Formats: sequence, structure tokens, C-alpha cells
Amino acid sequence: MTPIVKKVTQLIAGLIFLYGIYIIAHGHLTPGGGFAGGAVIAGSFILLVLAYGSDILKLRKREEGSSVVESTGIFIFLALAVAALFIGTKIFFTNYLPKGIIGELVSAGVIPLYNIAVGIEVAAALFTIFLALVIYKEEVSK
Amino acid sequence: MEITLSILIVFMILGAIYALYAKDLLSALISCGIVGYGLVICFLLLQAPDLAIVQIVVETITLIIMVAVVLDSSREELKEKKAVDHGLFKVRLRNIINVILVIVCALVLLYFFREVTSTLEPLGEHVTRMSSAYIENGAEQTGSANLVTGVVFDFRGYDTLGEATILFTAVIGILTILRVKGRK
Repeated sequence: MTPIVKKVTQLIAGLIFLYGIYIIAHGHLTPGGGFAGGAVIAGSFILLVLAYGSDILKLRKREEGSSVVESTGIFIFLALAVAALFIGTKIFFTNYLPKGIIGELVSAGVIPLYNIAVGIEVAAALFTIFLALVIYKEEVSK
Repeated sequence: MEITLSILIVFMILGAIYALYAKDLLSALISCGIVGYGLVICFLLLQAPDLAIVQIVVETITLIIMVAVVLDSSREELKEKKAVDHGLFKVRLRNIINVILVIVCALVLLYFFREVTSTLEPLGEHVTRMSSAYIENGAEQTGSANLVTGVVFDFRGYDTLGEATILFTAVIGILTILRVKGRK
């Protein structure tokens, strides 16, 4: 890619990543939430790979790293849901942390933690799909 | 608002029809993008900003993947072998039967749509039997200021669990199929 694209990507990719984290963290106050923020974070990584070519991934041969991160994301989601069986009312998948004042950043019980887990999972899933289909195309031998 | 929605939907239909008849595959992809981005404006007009953010980012990523696949191959459609030519008369009969069937199905559907919409509320106002219970008690019972997040993660949490599992299964499917290597 031309130097203009590379320079602009260098300046902006960090800002897009920070914007995605903002959308995830304020998921219970403003529109957005885990799914929207995760998609924006995946967009920032895809922008880096598209601008600098696949040399940026030259030490890896497969898409193992992002696949492990995605499995970790959904494991945290399930661990939080199962932990509701042991705390407070012993029902699966309830809201067991204290709900604070409506409108503060630390409120709404366990919902912000669910948002973070889903955000990690969606970002890693979209990046894994992009790497598998575009960069690491496996050849089918005849 | 209904007029604006109708104009947008007509644009999306025209873009989709052009995507079928374009000669170059890259032009067909760009007019598929018209459908996706028109849907973003429709979501914003119907007051759903969460859906609009997800739709615009996922549409861009999908277009990037499809453009990468198209640029890797030749940019024309494959010329299929012509089927045996039956002559002019039978081809015309088949086309006439197709058109008549489509018109009959469209008339039947339009009649039943008209019956249904005469008893429902107009577009934009919903039947509020269950949603009024969510709207009144949502803020205190879940503690979140964003009602959509409160419903998605607290009242309807099982659906979100299923959706995260579907995304995970889709990625597993892609990684499995792309690793098939034939036996020597």
C-alpha cells in the first residue's frame, strides 16, 4: 500500500481501538454494548493487516493466537453464568452483584462483566474469520 | 417517515437487481454494498442505534472479504455450456407460466396482508402487552440506564448465551472446512 495509507493507519488504528473499548465499557449507559464494541475492535485490527500486508504476521503460520483469545472470551462468559449457582440465590444466570445507582459507571450488577466477555469474543471471532479466509488460505491438495 | 423508508427500500431493490445483471463481478459486489448501507439508514430511521453500529461494521468487513476473494480470481462469470435448444415455442411457454405463477402468489399474499394490517396498529406503534412491563420496571430491576442492554443481558439472558454460542460454532465450522487436506 502507498505511504499515505500506511501513515494514516499508523495514526488512527490506536484511536479506533480506544473507541471500541469505550463502547464496550459504557454498554449499560449509552447505545452499543458488547457486540458493537467487539466489531469495532476487530475493524481496527483488520485495518492494520490490510495496510501493512501480511508481513505484519510473518512469525505465525496459522491463526492460533486469535482463536485462543476467542475461546477464552466465551469461557469467561460461561464461568460468570455458572458462578451464579454458588452466590446469592442459587439460580443459574441471575444478576448477583449489587446494583448501584442508575447512571454510574459501576452499576447494574454483573452486566458490565458480561459486556466485556462478549466484546472480547466477538472481536477475536471476526478477526479469526478474516485471517482464515483472506490471509491464511489453506490449499486443498488434489 | 414512511415515505423516506419506501424510497430507501426502492433504492435497495434496484441495487439488488443490478447486482444480478452486472457484467463485472466487482460492480456486482459494490451494488451489494448498497443494500447493506441502505439498511443502516433504515435502522437509524426506526430508532435502533445498537443495530446500526453492528450493521455498518459487519457490512464493511464482509465486503472486504468478498473483494479479496473476487480479486484473487478472474473477474468474469464462468460461461456455462448452453443447454440443448428446445426451439422458440417451448421457451416462451415456460416463461409465461412462470410470470403467471408469480403474479398469482403476489395477489394472494397482498390480500392476506391487507386483512392482517387492517386489525393491527400502524407502523411504529407496537402492541404493548409485554413491553410495557419491561419498560416500567426495567431500570430498577436490572439497574442499567440502557434498557436494551438490560433486556438483552438480564431479562432475556438465555438468548444472548445462544447467540454467543452460534458465533463460536460458526468460527469452528470455518476453521474445520478450510483445513481439509485430501489424502494422497
